[in-house]
Amino acid sequence: MAAKAHDIRRYPAFLWITLLCLFVLYGPLIIVMIYSFNDSVSITRWGGFSLRWYEDVFFGPEAAKFKAAAWNSLSIAVMAATSATMIATCAAIAMIRGGSFRGKSMTFALISLPLMVPEIVTAVATLIFFSAISFTRGYFSIVMAHIVFCIPFAYLPISARLQGIEATYEQAAQDLYASRSQAFWQVLMPLMMPGIISGFLLAFIISLDDFIITNFVKGAGIETLPTAIFGSVKQGIKPNIMALSTLMLMVSIFFVTVSYFAGKSGAKTER
Amino acid sequence: MPETDVNVSAARSDSPDAAPQSRAAVAIKAVRKVFGLPPAQVTALSSVSFDIADNEFFTLLGPSGCGKTTLLRLIAGFEQPTDGEILLFGEHLEGLPPNKRPVNTVFQQYALFPHMSIRDNIGFGLKMLGVDKSEIAQRTKRMLELIQMESFGDRRPSQLSGGQQQRVALARALAPSPKVLLLDEPLSALDLKLRQAMRVELKQLQQETGITFVFVTHDQEEALTMSDRIAVMSAGELQQVGSAKDIYEAPRNRFVADFIGETNFLDVTVEEVSGSQALCRFGPARLTCSTAGPTTAGSAGHVSIRPERLSLTRPSNDDDLVGTLERLIYLGTDTQHLVRLDDGTEITVRAQNAHDSSLDIAVGEKAALKIDTGAARLLVD
Ligand SMILES: Nc1ncnc2c1ncn2[C@@H]1O[C@H](COP(=O)(O)OP(=O)(O)OP(=O)(O)O)[C@@H](O)[C@H]1O
Ligand SMILES: [Mg+2]
Repeated sequence: MAAKAHDIRRYPAFLWITLLCLFVLYGPLIIVMIYSFNDSVSITRWGGFSLRWYEDVFFGPEAAKFKAAAWNSLSIAVMAATSATMIATCAAIAMIRGGSFRGKSMTFALISLPLMVPEIVTAVATLIFFSAISFTRGYFSIVMAHIVFCIPFAYLPISARLQGIEATYEQAAQDLYASRSQAFWQVLMPLMMPGIISGFLLAFIISLDDFIITNFVKGAGIETLPTAIFGSVKQGIKPNIMALSTLMLMVSIFFVTVSYFAGKSGAKTER
Repeated sequence: MPETDVNVSAARSDSPDAAPQSRAAVAIKAVRKVFGLPPAQVTALSSVSFDIADNEFFTLLGPSGCGKTTLLRLIAGFEQPTDGEILLFGEHLEGLPPNKRPVNTVFQQYALFPHMSIRDNIGFGLKMLGVDKSEIAQRTKRMLELIQMESFGDRRPSQLSGGQQQRVALARALAPSPKVLLLDEPLSALDLKLRQAMRVELKQLQQETGITFVFVTHDQEEALTMSDRIAVMSAGELQQVGSAKDIYEAPRNRFVADFIGETNFLDVTVEEVSGSQALCRFGPARLTCSTAGPTTAGSAGHVSIRPERLSLTRPSNDDDLVGTLERLIYLGTDTQHLVRLDDGTEITVRAQNAHDSSLDIAVGEKAALKIDTGAARLLVD
């Protein structure tokens, strides 16, 4: 068969190149995860298995700082992801169900442009903007900035999902005596839900681990987890940072997995 | 057979006694539909008018792109006519959104809600009308019985076969007992056997419920077997409206004669007209034809003759339609004979294989054509 001739396993050194890539990508992560269980102060020498650095994260000298930062990160991520998802859902409906309107492709470019703009540029621009309107830097400046840069990330899975939903479902609903809002809430919304969940979780993760923009707009006296970790690392890497990083990685993996299955279960209900 | 006419009048603005002047279930009056803006306009319908009677199984038949779906969408309210108007039992539909029209649609791809059970799908219309829960449960159960799918109520649409989905779509549209049911090629996604079975089921359902069906198809056999009346459409224009028999035996024009079944066309000159009969000259032959419309002596025209209304004999001296038998095609129940007349016109003759007076003319020999009385039809164009 023709497919056989292009079988990927037949390419020479395929296996070795794959292993090398995997090692470069995931080696450091795995080392961090392993050494987070190290029972020694050294970050390079193995001193036996222990959970002492996890204990240190929760009860050590820096625990209060991390706790406040984690709380900030979480609440900001929830607010930013929720707002961004709502805005992105409206945008997707307008773009995909709104027929053709003037400046449609321009609008699409505007929505997805933030994905292409270097983050540092966005960070500087946001900072200048906040200064220009004399917006006090602090918790709410971070929330505002996060909402804005989360929108395109939420928009992509939502619009992809909506594109796959034929308009005949809403028409069938209206034909069966549903008003426009009933057709929206009872038919379109449930069908869009997998995309909305994906979009929300993606925005949530992006907000949770953002460093550059947050660092620019946060002002003094407030930290999120990434900025707190960075601050801590500046004074030298301690194994408790590895434990904290491993925890964050787990949270991310959890959300990405949920997001993946949300998208998948949606694909199944669609015929 | 459970009755499906429980009164659900929440969405209906009608008062049947108030408008007795029109008995038509649907009246299409000079409806025109143009899509797009001036540089790239598409005329999907150009001034179509006809009436659909109450309790009728009415079929819109025509080739792809002739505007059938557009007409259904206009009746359902998904599009607004550019010109003209549509009346439902004498009431103007203008400006009424789809959810305010007592009309339901069976969509071509069914459009069953994938996130709802079969039961909830069927009950959706009633729920939107505000019918109370116990009533909905009852009606839904009866609809499931009607489509013989009692045990499927809790399944999802994706767990059903194509034929079952088709039946559910039908039940969902019938559950709120609409005054008119619109069906857009509902059988086209099914295989042949199932399609034939569903034709019978659909026709029965229509007779039992007494609901007016407006059925869209491009399959002439489907149209002929099910319909009380058929509207033949082409390129956004209505060609003819009539019963299956009318349309097959008395086509109005070349398009209809050609689109429905097989036919032979003869180019003739009209010699005499008397009432709805005309005497036409075709080469040396004279044919008595029924006329499809006004015509005048001396004008040129086309005559249609169905292949099964022709027969072949050995030519004798006073025969005037003579040709050469070119080919025989055996088709089981009948045999198709291809005859080339002396002037070059090719004629198809179909003879049933049953009566075994079977023709003793061999391919390549001369044969004379006999036309059944009343078989020749002079077309409008
Ligand atoms: N929304 C639209 N915008 C522009 N043109 C349209 C639109 N809908 C239909 N048309 C055009 O109108 C014409 C009639 O379309 P319609 O869908 O009614 O055909 P149909 O008879 O249902 O064909 P089919 O048998 O293929 O379904 C076609 O030329 C089509 O391209
Ligand atoms: Mg169509």
